[in-house]
Amino acid sequence: MERDDLIRDHEYSVAANHDEAHGVATRKSITFVTILLSVLTIVEVGIGWVISRDHSTMWAMTKIALIIMTLVKARYIVMSFMHLGEERKNLKKTIIIPYIFFMVYMITLIILLESNYVNTVILQQELVTP
Amino acid sequence: MSAHSSETISNSVLWGGDGSPFRISYGKLMMWLFLISDALTFGGLLIAYGFERHAIGSWPLAEKVFSAFPGTGTMKLPLIYVALMTFILIISSVTMVLAVEAGHRLDKKKVKKWMILTVIGGLFFLLSQVWEWSHFIHGSGGYITTTTGEYYHFDKDYGFHEGDVAHMEFTNEMALVQNKYGMGESLTLSNEESKKIFDQRVDFFHGANLKRNEYHPGHPQYANFFFFITGFHGFHVFSGVVINFLILLQVMKGTYDKRGHFEMVEKSGLYWHFIDLVWVFVFTFFYLV
Repeated sequence: MERDDLIRDHEYSVAANHDEAHGVATRKSITFVTILLSVLTIVEVGIGWVISRDHSTMWAMTKIALIIMTLVKARYIVMSFMHLGEERKNLKKTIIIPYIFFMVYMITLIILLESNYVNTVILQQELVTP
Repeated sequence: MSAHSSETISNSVLWGGDGSPFRISYGKLMMWLFLISDALTFGGLLIAYGFERHAIGSWPLAEKVFSAFPGTGTMKLPLIYVALMTFILIISSVTMVLAVEAGHRLDKKKVKKWMILTVIGGLFFLLSQVWEWSHFIHGSGGYITTTTGEYYHFDKDYGFHEGDVAHMEFTNEMALVQNKYGMGESLTLSNEESKKIFDQRVDFFHGANLKRNEYHPGHPQYANFFFFITGFHGFHVFSGVVINFLILLQVMKGTYDKRGHFEMVEKSGLYWHFIDLVWVFVFTFFYLV
């Protein structure tokens, strides 16, 4: 039986692109991403500590900022640490695009629309007529 | 259509059936497919969490629930412990990516060093989660239900148990808190007022389980989502640590030197980074917003 753990494609082979010089560049980008992720985490916690969680517009804006920071962190983990940025474009698209579509409609339909319906129509009515 | 079929396509853009069209090895592609399905599972959990949270309307504030730190007693350090856990996981992700990088250069010694650090980081995270769970399950004081069906929390843990409702004794240092976990204005009552309310108690509960929790009285969902989301993630961390440890043993045995590449390190690395990725989202949606 042929072994499937061997990499046959020479362009992809381990020795082809991964010399010492390439390693230096990779480690540099790893350091950059490490600092970025740490700083973003500290900023997130700091914001959570300073701004009080109430029903103000300030907190609503902060939430959006926190979610954007999370997506930035996720982007760097996937693209840099998981090396998806170095893979072929067709693989990148195959992995990311279906997931984003799925999440967008789940968030819109379930978290925003359906939960709002359950809250305003079902639960609030139960409070009025027990 | 006939024009299309007669067109000759250059061989450079055709996939000849040799190797992978994605130019990625079989094992890595399968790991990516697994990660996509796992991401959908975690996505489903977080979506369900978001749905319940908005449908219920009121939700405890994470900064009030998770404000303890090991060894600091009753000091309030909101979210600092979770931030530390996040940091540990990020750093262990960094050591993993350094192991992968060393593997590309076939540097066995470095791979070994970074893999050991990754396993230690994972174990640290697991132990932190054990502490977090035990603190969450034990609670910090509990709450009483009055005859009118209102909830009042104790300001501190006075060591009461569920069985003692009738025999609980009120002392001068005790105080009751309204909305302790931040659903509405948080208000600490004076000792005399607390005594009056305390005498109308019909029920006492502290900590959390799948049916009740002190953080969101009347709504089991809060603790359920805590247990399921962080628990499912913790299970992934556990299996990740085991997988990384097994790969480390193979590295030490020299299996990958004989094979000529360290791709297995890369595959377990993908899984380990995915765990970090999930935690970034759990951290934001369960603890921060």
